[in-house]
This record gives sequence, C-alpha cells and structure tokens, in this order.
Amino acid sequence: MKIVKSLFGPKTRGRTFSFALVIVAYVIISVLQSGHSIPRMITALLVPVCSYIVAAIGLNMNVGISGELNLGQAGFMSVGGFSAAVVNVVLSGVIGNDILRLAVCIVVGAIIAGFVGWLISIPVLKLEGDYLAIVTLAFGQIIMSLINNTYIGVDANGIHFAFINNTIQLAEGGKMVLSGPMGVTGNTVISTFTVGFVLILVALLIVYNIIYSREGRAIQACRDNKIAAETVGIRVSSTKTLAFVLSSALGGAAGALYMMNYASVAATKFDFNTSILILVYVVLGGLGNMTGTVIATSVLVLLPEMLRFLSSYRMLVYAIVLIVMMIVTNNEKIKTFFASFKKQKGAEAHE
Amino acid sequence: MAFLSYLIGGLGLGSVYAIIALGYSMVYGIAKMLNFAHGDIIMVGAFVAYFAISSFGLPVFVAVILSVVVCTILGVVIEKLAYKPLREASSLSVLITAIGVSYFLQNAAMLLWGTDTKIFPTVLSGSLTIGELSIPYLTLITILSCVVIMIVLTLFINRTKTGRAMRACSEDKGAASLMGINVNQIISITFAIGSGLAAIAAVLLCATYPSVYPTLGSMPGIKAFTAAVLGGIGSIPGAFLGGLFLGVIENLARAYISTQLSDAIVFMVLIVVLLIKPTGLLGKKVNVKV
Repeated sequence: MKIVKSLFGPKTRGRTFSFALVIVAYVIISVLQSGHSIPRMITALLVPVCSYIVAAIGLNMNVGISGELNLGQAGFMSVGGFSAAVVNVVLSGVIGNDILRLAVCIVVGAIIAGFVGWLISIPVLKLEGDYLAIVTLAFGQIIMSLINNTYIGVDANGIHFAFINNTIQLAEGGKMVLSGPMGVTGNTVISTFTVGFVLILVALLIVYNIIYSREGRAIQACRDNKIAAETVGIRVSSTKTLAFVLSSALGGAAGALYMMNYASVAATKFDFNTSILILVYVVLGGLGNMTGTVIATSVLVLLPEMLRFLSSYRMLVYAIVLIVMMIVTNNEKIKTFFASFKKQKGAEAHE
Repeated sequence: MAFLSYLIGGLGLGSVYAIIALGYSMVYGIAKMLNFAHGDIIMVGAFVAYFAISSFGLPVFVAVILSVVVCTILGVVIEKLAYKPLREASSLSVLITAIGVSYFLQNAAMLLWGTDTKIFPTVLSGSLTIGELSIPYLTLITILSCVVIMIVLTLFINRTKTGRAMRACSEDKGAASLMGINVNQIISITFAIGSGLAAIAAVLLCATYPSVYPTLGSMPGIKAFTAAVLGGIGSIPGAFLGGLFLGVIENLARAYISTQLSDAIVFMVLIVVLLIKPTGLLGKKVNVKV
C-alpha cells in the first residue's frame, strides 16, 4: 500500500508518469529501431533529442522551479561539450571502453559546466527579473566568443592552450582538439541512444529528488515570494545558487552527450538561438512540469523533420505553430473549458 | 587622431544601436515585454529600402519614408495579431510568441527574397576633413539623425497628450484606463513608433555595413537590447546613452584589443555596469513594499 501511495499519490504521480513515459518511449523506439522501421532522418535525431531533453530539464529547474529566466543555457552546453571533447581525446588511450569513456566525459562536462555556472551565479543572482535574463544572455555570448577563439591541442607532453592566434606546435602524434572558429574536429563519435536514455533518467531522478526535498521546497518558496521565504529563515541566495548550478551542470552533461554524437561541432552551434530554442521547449512543456518538458522537447525537435514534406515552408509553419500554440494555450475561453473539465474530474473522484 | 576617429566611428555605430534601443525600451516600458522580433523588423526595413533603391531606382529619401511606412504597418499588424491576444498572459508566453514572430519574419524573408547576401547601394560617400581627421559624412548624418530623433521623441513624450498617456500607461495600465486612456491604442502607437525607428536604423545600418540578408537583424537586435538594459530599460534617455556607450566601447575594443573578442568585451562591460548599478545607468530603482 505504501509503495502504491509513494508511486501514485497526488504529489508523486507526475514523477511516476515521467519515468514511465521515458521508459516506454525508449522500449518502443528500440523495438522499432531493431526492426529498421524508423526513417534514418529520425534515428539521426535520437541522441540530439535526448541531449535537448536533458538541457531542457535543467533549464526548467532554473526557469520553472526557481523562477529565474535564463537565456544562456546553450553556453553551459557549450562548456560541457567542449570540455568533454578534450577529455575524450586525453582518455582515448587510457579507457578503451567507449561507454565508460563517454560516462567520464559526461560527468566531467557536467562538473565543469556546474563550476562555471557557480562562478556566473555569483554576479547573476544579485540581479532580478529581466536584468538577470540579459546577464545570462551576455554570459552565453561571452562563453561562445571565448571558445570561438580558443585553441587546444593534446600531444605526448600534455595539453596545450592558445588564445586568439593558433600558436600551438604539437609534437609528433599530437592532435588538435579545438581549433578556434572551426570548433572541434575529428572527434570520435561515442554517444548512443541508450546512454542518452540513461542520462535522461538520471537527470529526472536528480531533479525530482531535489524538488521533493527540503531544498526544493525552499527553492519554490523563493520563487513564489522571496520576502516571505526570507522571513521564515530561508537563505535565498544559496538556495537560488543551488538551482542555478544544478541547471548548468545538467546543461553541461547534455552538451557532452551532444558533442560526442558528432565528429565536428563549431562553437557557434551553441549560440543565442539554441538557448532560446531550449527555452521554448521548457515554456511549451509547462514551467516546472518535467513530463511536459520531455514531451515538448521531443515533439519540437522532431517537428521540423516531420514537416519536411512542406520543404522550404517548414520553418515558416514551425513559427506559426509556435505563435498559435501560445495564443491558444493562453486563451481565456479554452482555459476555462479545461478548468471546468478538471473540476468535474475532481468532483467525481471525490464521490 | 586615430583615437578620435575610432571614437567618432563608435558614436556612429552607437547612434544606430541607440535608435533601435529606443524602440526596445519604449515597447518594454509600455507593454512590459521583450520584443525579440524587433531586430527582424530592422531586417524587413533594410530589404524594403534595398529594393526601393536598387530595383525601383527611387531616391534615398523616398526609400527611407517607404521603409518607415512598411515597418510601421508591420509593427502594428504584428502587435494586433500576435501580442494583443496575450495581454493577460505571463511574460514568458509573450516572450516565446515574440520569438515565434522573429522566426516567422526571418523565414518569410528567406522565402520571399532568398538567402543570398545582397549588397546595399552606396547612398552617400565622401568625408569631412578637419586637419588630419576625416569623418565620413555618413557617420555625421547617423549621429545627427539619432540626436534629432532623441529630441523629437523626448518632446513628444513630455509635451503632447499622447506622450502623457504613454507615460501614464507605463506607470499603471489599470489607472490609466480609468482616466479614460485607450490603453490598446497607446500600445499600438508605441509599436508603430518603435517599428518606424527600426526602419530608420535599418537604412543607417545598411548604409554603413552594406550587406542585406534575412538574419541581418539578430545581432544588432541583441546589441540594442543590451544597450537598452545598459541604460536602464524603459528609460528613453537611458536607451540613447546606453546605445552610444555600447557603440563606442565596441569600436574601441575592436580597434585596440581584438576584433574577435569585441562582442565578449561589450557583454563584459554590460555585466560590470549592472553589478555596480543593477537597474542600468539611468534606470529607476523600485522599492518593493511588503
């Protein structure tokens, strides 16, 4: 009985549903994939979808649970991704097993992105509202600009760095990992859909554990009313920092997964538009709603592919879908219609 | 001398940012929304001016007016169709809608006018020489138009009845509508002015950097948004000051530090300024009452 309640209680129902959804989706896709009945277009997108889902779950922690608008999530993906690329080359001779190396890459990416997130959170969380949003945008741009001008090479003597001008002289057998505007080139592709699926589960597990914990309630209290939260003894700044760091670490893990799926990725891949795209997934999925985030991300990443039959009109249709969706979900009449439906259901359950 | 010419170049670039930032700031002040599609209105303005000059051979002056008219209408139509239904919605929903509008405009431009870069015709060449210093006429005109726009706009906001209504709406929409102000109409007027200014900025921008393409507006849009926040978003003199400041810093950073890092430096300055003055250079601090 206790287990049933802990799984299907009114508070935890959402969590159970999230996990069930992800697992069922994984099983169905795996079965279909083994039967080769998924078009190549979609299979190529499976890992990016997982990556965007993890990044969006992280961002939802920040925007939905903590209530701070962040316009720089792609910056953290970038930090995680490019650190992972370096780790991948350094460890390529040490850890032979691809999956294990990928796991190390993702963990390192998450830690470094989390650390950068912590550094950034010190100035950022002093600000409020739209000022906070623009500073996260600014940091995203700065990170992109810095990585765009960084050169990293690995050889027998260790790791070499150069900035703005490529002055690296590699010893024989050395390898350039990051070459400025060209980004990462010659990366060994080791990401798989299964690892992406596991990463989503881990991200959900972490996020739900935080949300249902004392810290999570503190984060939500700070979001709902900062002053009231302060008066009951919650330390607002450290609470908000926790959400911010967690969000950036998940962004970093997502970036690492994404990076390991491609042989070459340029720094401009993680620009302002990518940050905005992830924000769109979060808002359309519902603020604070992780299941919604998973669904919205999957649908919206695949939507341009599904609209391919419209050829050059597809992005136009995508834009219209976005606008119409926002207008429809915010329409008073439609809202009251759904609210009355919910109420009826609630009343029935009561009887 | 070199420093002075970089400084004046920076003021020219900053003037363009300031004109765009004015549009951002006015819309933010009154509708309380970040209009991310503002940059794409610049792009539309640039395309209209480009076709007016190179395809129809119209004089520059007529092209500017045509571009202003098209952008003004476009701005009002966008507001009516996309933003007005969301008046009561959360600011994030409005933000996403603005992003949708931005995608729409960019992709519509790609379909209509192609993805290739078009070269904007030279509208004004030559420069004024004072001693060793030579200032392009174009830069002078850009700075001059920015100052004129700033003065006219300030007079409009402070001296006319509509301007007063706009200020009232930005303070408190509910109270303003109780005083008999048509809030919807005021918001439309704000969008119209902002978009019209974007068209002027578009022509000035393309006259200096003569390439026209569908994603032309995104970077100046982000920069102008930064300028508006730097000056204190919602404040008109703030947008002016923020724009000029940003332009000068960008140009000096490009000249003396590094071309590749100029963007990073601009955003770094923004962060430092916001840390010292969290509401921007001229922003008002609003105390929260418990």
